Amino acid sequence: MTRTLTALSARRRHPLAVVVLIALALVLVGGLYAAVAPRPAEASTATADADDLQAGKELFLANCATCHGLDAQGGEIVDGSGAGPSLIGVGAASVDFQVGTGRMPLQMSSAQAPEVPKIRFSQEQIDQMAAYIASLAPGPAIPGEDVLDMSDVTAQDVSRGAQIFRTNCAMCHNFAGKGGALTGGKYAPDLTGVEGKYIYEAMVTGPQSMPVFPNSTISPEDKTAIIAWLTQEEEFRPEPGGLPLGSLGPVSEGLLAWIAGIGLLVGCSVWLGMKSS
Amino acid sequence: MSTIDKAAGGVGNFADDTVGASKIVNGFARKIFPDHWSFMLGEITLYSFVILLFTGTFLTFFYEPSAAHTVYNGDYAPLAGQGVSEAYASSLRISFDVRGGLIMRQVHHWAALIFVAATVVHMIRVFFTGAFRKPREINWVIGLVLALLAVFEGFTGYSLPDDLLSGTGIRIAQAIILSVPVVGSYISFFLFGGEYPGEDFIPRFFTIHILLLPAVMLGLIVVHLALVVIHKHTQYPGPGRTEDNVVGFPLFPVYMAKAGGFFFIVFGVIALIAGLVQINPIWAYGPYDPSPVTAGSQPDWYMGWLDGAVRITPGWWEFTLFGFTFSMNIFIPTTALILFVMAAGALYPWIEQAATGDRREHHLLDRPRNAPTRTGLGVMALTFYVLLWISGGNDVIAHMVGLSINDITRFMRVAVFVLPALAFVVTKRICLGLQRKDREKALHGRETGRIVRLPHGEFIEVHAPLSEAERWVLVQHDANRPMDVEDRLDAGNPNSLYGKVQRRLSRFYFEDRVEPVTPAELAAAHHGHDTEIESQEHASIEEKQGDAAIATSQKYHG
Repeated sequence: MTRTLTALSARRRHPLAVVVLIALALVLVGGLYAAVAPRPAEASTATADADDLQAGKELFLANCATCHGLDAQGGEIVDGSGAGPSLIGVGAASVDFQVGTGRMPLQMSSAQAPEVPKIRFSQEQIDQMAAYIASLAPGPAIPGEDVLDMSDVTAQDVSRGAQIFRTNCAMCHNFAGKGGALTGGKYAPDLTGVEGKYIYEAMVTGPQSMPVFPNSTISPEDKTAIIAWLTQEEEFRPEPGGLPLGSLGPVSEGLLAWIAGIGLLVGCSVWLGMKSS
Repeated sequence: MSTIDKAAGGVGNFADDTVGASKIVNGFARKIFPDHWSFMLGEITLYSFVILLFTGTFLTFFYEPSAAHTVYNGDYAPLAGQGVSEAYASSLRISFDVRGGLIMRQVHHWAALIFVAATVVHMIRVFFTGAFRKPREINWVIGLVLALLAVFEGFTGYSLPDDLLSGTGIRIAQAIILSVPVVGSYISFFLFGGEYPGEDFIPRFFTIHILLLPAVMLGLIVVHLALVVIHKHTQYPGPGRTEDNVVGFPLFPVYMAKAGGFFFIVFGVIALIAGLVQINPIWAYGPYDPSPVTAGSQPDWYMGWLDGAVRITPGWWEFTLFGFTFSMNIFIPTTALILFVMAAGALYPWIEQAATGDRREHHLLDRPRNAPTRTGLGVMALTFYVLLWISGGNDVIAHMVGLSINDITRFMRVAVFVLPALAFVVTKRICLGLQRKDREKALHGRETGRIVRLPHGEFIEVHAPLSEAERWVLVQHDANRPMDVEDRLDAGNPNSLYGKVQRRLSRFYFEDRVEPVTPAELAAAHHGHDTEIESQEHASIEEKQGDAAIATSQKYHG
């Protein structure tokens, strides 16, 4: 007996200890990762009730499944031209953005889905579809009032938002958010008059050519600041100096200098020339 | 004599005694200038330059030419607390805090755009009317240099506020400098005082913008205008106007009043635009920082054509040789293109002189249609310029009209060679057509639209005869013929290389031509008309007057 104990204590480690240790380490790392890793914004699955999910699924099957597949797994149209991407894991925010701005259902196959002023669905229907898509796999959720509330925005926030916008967004959307051209007929749309919710959703889902700006790149507070800069122009963004000519830069200025400036002056010369003869 | 008269007389006498004022005033006051609206285009340029000097001086009172770092604490909320340069902060101060600062900035910038635009319009007038011909070749070259300096002056001004857009522009300018083979990087380090951007370029560009270039330009403008006075002003052809006289009004009082009034019109138009329309909203662009760039970054319009040339040049023009990179995709559409255009423009008067073999002085302007090849070449150059200009805005155009920027670029790569050639042919044909029309009009009179049926049933359209003055304009010009057809004393030796080139050039210029009406043709045409009813009552009088006009014309030009 004593010999056995001595032998045991001498060997100290059970042959399975390594396995146990590895298992423990894996659990620890995995647990830590799950706890610490930047999760797609409050990944919300199936918080909506079953009726909404069912209604959302029916709307999906009726309006979206043609391209995105019956299980939202991504579709292939018969001729293979208009396959829609898989919607598993795109999150409620993506549905709310694409359908809420009229980009989906797609009008026609073109370089890029345009924003359409006439929305075919009520917000309730959009929410139901969003809930259905969100129930398939976790993804970015529709942003709440906590990040979209603009009532306590300060000048500092707007200044910070403007700076982040210039560094990350202006290269495509132009310094004033008026949009610009991308390659092959694609474009960064004009952001004037776009609801803060959609700007936020675009940042977290990266629709079409736009990159995703997860919270690890631009924090929710900074996203709010960007939206404040874009949407609170009446309070914080004075535009002195007269007509901004679409805030497009020197192209429209040059056009005006030639058409109005030189046009008027040559007109005056002709008028003065006529006076003499 | 009242006290005022006495005082005026005293000042006058003093001026006369000390600087010889009476001679100067007499000489200038009696200087005759011809009257035409197109002669006022150069005035627009001059007056916008004066406006630029005034407003620019105001701006220097408040501008801080320094790249030193500071924190913006002014009124514009979206920049509050951001790190900016002194130059940018002072430009914002001018825009938001200095009384009248923003309107001054906007007048200055709009005047700059209009200054360069008016320069171009003035050059177009001078080119198409042949006002660059002897003895004004050097003045044409001075004008070209002034236009180039105006562009550099505009660019350095655009760079001073140190906002995001101006910084982006300087970055591109630095790329253009770097692409110059061999010496590019040395020039860049010299100009920026080290690596880009450094802190030296703002004070340096400031000195260049407010001192060096304006001083050189002012000097050249004085020479430019002095030469106009020395050569006397050109005039359009018309009755009584010859190569030896100037028909018009004296400088004093007519042109003093007119020019003075026109200055205020120019100032008024520029101030009107500056008061109503925003330009270069530096606060919206934000401070310069080499990392961000905004979509639709463009230079001011006068640099747009070079930007366009770079945009449509394929990237594979860049290559590496012996371990050195040769960025021909930047160098050729910028530095090389400017040098080519300037050389072609500066040499043009002599190229045309070789083609015509004409060494005489010309003070009567050409009607553009009477020089079809020149007019064609001018329209060709303008088409080339405008196409490059459009290419410079390809992103804005793509975005505004929903086209693919790649398609626009591909189209422009072809169009920039095809359309100018097409424009040349079409313009030349139009000019020749107009000349034929002129011949028709000189010989048979103006179509009245009145249809008359003759007793035997024939219908004819009644042509009203032209007045002598009207006909003069149509028949006064020279007939230029290729040297092969009509050898001239002033043509080169046909056996020398120069002579061969000259002959070929003259064939290119004058092979297709419409001969001006000769007095014999006119007489014949009028004789024929005598049997037609419409000219019966006029024939005898008109014929005599017409012949007189033709005869005079031939005396001076033939």
